[in-house]
Amino acid sequence: MAQQSEIRYLTPPSVDVKKKKYCRFKKNRIKYVDYKDPQFLKRFLNEQGKILPRRITGTSLKYQRKVAKAIKRARHIALLPYVTDLMK
Amino acid sequence: MVNQYETVFIATPVLSEQQMKETVDKFKGLIEKMSGEIVHEESWGLRKLAYNIQHKSTGFYHMLEFRMEGENIKKLEIECLRDERIIRFLTMKMDKYAVQYSEKKRRLKAEAKTEENKEA
Repeated sequence: MAQQSEIRYLTPPSVDVKKKKYCRFKKNRIKYVDYKDPQFLKRFLNEQGKILPRRITGTSLKYQRKVAKAIKRARHIALLPYVTDLMK
Repeated sequence: MVNQYETVFIATPVLSEQQMKETVDKFKGLIEKMSGEIVHEESWGLRKLAYNIQHKSTGFYHMLEFRMEGENIKKLEIECLRDERIIRFLTMKMDKYAVQYSEKKRRLKAEAKTEENKEA
């Protein structure tokens, strides 16, 4: 009988190394989220221009609120679309 | 109470440069008349809008930063609504972080400018 150690894989099994998410505002000590910078705010939007949830971006609650507000302001002055397809 | 505010407005793209200047001067005059003090202004020029407003796909953006009595903001916004040259506006009360941020941005811009002049 083949021993356990002799088992070979064609492709080595991928071991998931979970990368810890972090809040980019806390890390970089950003205190204010500017609504006049649509390029930066696009990081927090999906393809349809919807705001991404905290569980994906890793933003802390405090800054998620500020990001949401900034995005909504940017939408009002037509720097970001309310609805769209294939934004990126 | 006197606070620092920031207003961004979008004017119709049909205006000539002269007319655009008049519009900006009108609002600057209004702020000064209401004993406000303009801290900073910025013109972003003709920009493409992310979506159409009043069947227009472009607009002139202008940003004004000023300190004014909070009660007068309402009057300023009514004037923005009445002016048909303005298709969209947004007034925001700046907290201390916003003020810091804009001051830093201006300082960096000024530094970049002086360096450019040195090189030239």
